[in-house]
Amino acid sequence: MPLPVVIPLLGAAVTLMLTRFPQAQRLVSLAALSGVLGVAIALLAVVADDGPRVVAVGAWPVPIGIVLVADQFSALMLVVSAAVTLCVLVYSIGQGMADGGEDTPLSIYHPSYLVLTAGVTTAFLSGDLFNLYVGFEILLVASYVLITVGGTEDRIRAGTTYVVVSLLSSVLFLTGIGLIYAAAGTLNMAQLAGRLDALPDGLRLMLNCMLLLAFGIKAAVFPLSAWLPDSYPTALAPVTAVFAGLLTKVGLYAIIRVETLLFPGGPTRDLLLVLALLTMLVGILGAIPQTDVKRLLSFTLVSHIGFMLFGIGVATGLGVSSAIFYVVHHITIQTTLFLVVGLMERFGGTTALDRLGGLAALSPLLAILFFLPAMNLAGIPPFSGFLGKLGLIEAGAAAGGGLRWALVAAALATSLLTLYAVARVWNLAFWRRPMRTAASGPIEGAALPRLMVGATVALVVLGIALTGIAGPLFDLTGDAAADLLERAPYVDAVRGEGVR
Amino acid sequence: MSPNLTYVAVVGVLFAAGVILLLERSLTRVLMGVVLLANGVNVLILSGGRYGGPPIVGTTPDGEMSDPLPQAMILTAIVITLGLTAFLLALAYRSWRLVGHDEVQDDIEDRRIVELAERDAGPEVEDVDDDAEQATP
Repeated sequence: MPLPVVIPLLGAAVTLMLTRFPQAQRLVSLAALSGVLGVAIALLAVVADDGPRVVAVGAWPVPIGIVLVADQFSALMLVVSAAVTLCVLVYSIGQGMADGGEDTPLSIYHPSYLVLTAGVTTAFLSGDLFNLYVGFEILLVASYVLITVGGTEDRIRAGTTYVVVSLLSSVLFLTGIGLIYAAAGTLNMAQLAGRLDALPDGLRLMLNCMLLLAFGIKAAVFPLSAWLPDSYPTALAPVTAVFAGLLTKVGLYAIIRVETLLFPGGPTRDLLLVLALLTMLVGILGAIPQTDVKRLLSFTLVSHIGFMLFGIGVATGLGVSSAIFYVVHHITIQTTLFLVVGLMERFGGTTALDRLGGLAALSPLLAILFFLPAMNLAGIPPFSGFLGKLGLIEAGAAAGGGLRWALVAAALATSLLTLYAVARVWNLAFWRRPMRTAASGPIEGAALPRLMVGATVALVVLGIALTGIAGPLFDLTGDAAADLLERAPYVDAVRGEGVR
Repeated sequence: MSPNLTYVAVVGVLFAAGVILLLERSLTRVLMGVVLLANGVNVLILSGGRYGGPPIVGTTPDGEMSDPLPQAMILTAIVITLGLTAFLLALAYRSWRLVGHDEVQDDIEDRRIVELAERDAGPEVEDVDDDAEQATP
């Protein structure tokens, strides 16, 4: 079970050694990530049948040592993230090969990318708050390298903001950990689940807010989201894609864990609902006036974080289940969209909306690739975005209450506005007459590298396939949510390991 | 397990100084702020554990041992902070090489969009401004 963490780390070490042999590097990274995907799928199959699995790292007994825990929720997240990282890797290999740069700064790309994956898997599997922090740090440090890779002026500027904000959130998280340890005397999440209940209400609320604040910055929840649209768009297309898809979701994963396992049913639920409302509306209103596709998508990313918070805040079985479903859907779709934008940039020479035009006529394939995930994001009925939103809205309506109804309304408005935002991209970039006069207009005959297109197609298909497997997937997320809300399966699994 | 007052004061001062430095524009100062904050957190974690003799079985009786876990966590945190400090320094240096200073800059795209909005909002007002500007030279 520690394999999803170990494989990418080993891979990173090997690729770092092979910096002079790009071909070998690619092979190693591909093998490593395929391995992670395989292990993750196997893990999901086992966990879905037998309940949570626990491994005590280094065979230290439970309250002393660190445990890795995989319940259905973390296993599901592992599978999705492994699949997405693999596709993005293929895409970036395609991009690297097409650019033909043998000795671009990309020699550091593969090791950092694998370390990033290791950080993500650590965070998903960690059963210990401090280990979760370490996982976050692993992925953040790798992301610092990836976001500034190449060291151009733009990236340094954007990277600086990103690094400083992330550092601040890490410090907050660590402070929270220190306080929790002082208050409860343990950091093992299963043990904390029991001990935190005994603490006075005010103290619990304070600790809870500390963690929410730290994770809120990472997940880009509204008042703490200003860094995201500024820093993501400047990075390489595959880097932006994987950041947009995964990193914020790791923050969300942590929020879900905190809200269900550590501090269930606190007064923070209403706070989350209000934040969800603001995140949805402010995010999407920010997206509408943007003139750059990447920035526009970054704002929709912020906005849709609100949907997932909504599900967590409602905190019924259906709500959490839909939130998890939405996380899965959103990881896939948001990554796909950023990859498509990478292709658009390659094809049209820019991502500025006022300079793109006529892509639909020039490349019907690209148009289809953009259209499907964009409609999926907006939540047009046959797609998974619709199903996720439907679940959330049903959960909100079933829970009742003024705030929840307000959220339902906001969710609907946000969907419409998302549709407007992506339709605007569609009209300007795809349907307009090609502008050949512009200096950086469409480059004639710029071919799209096959591997890049292949990886994008794979993700688009995966996004559509989510509709096909929505039934079983919803069953799975339902089980996962039930386990999360009940808390007992997780806690018992870890306790059982302690006795052994 | 009441916290030592000295620790509390040290944590308070480190956090306050760290936050103030973090609000500066120059990346080097921000870095100093992060270092101070990180050290503040380390002391905070330390003060969360129990006091006592060295936690080695055989040298100290069970009840009088200090808590080794915060120290282990601090070690990890120190290593992470060290790496990040090096990275931030490199970033500041790179920024200085490229732009000649290491200040954290504004979001250019954002400003462009604000300008667009202003142009949409009031052409008359803008015109007056433009005229005034053109008149001065």
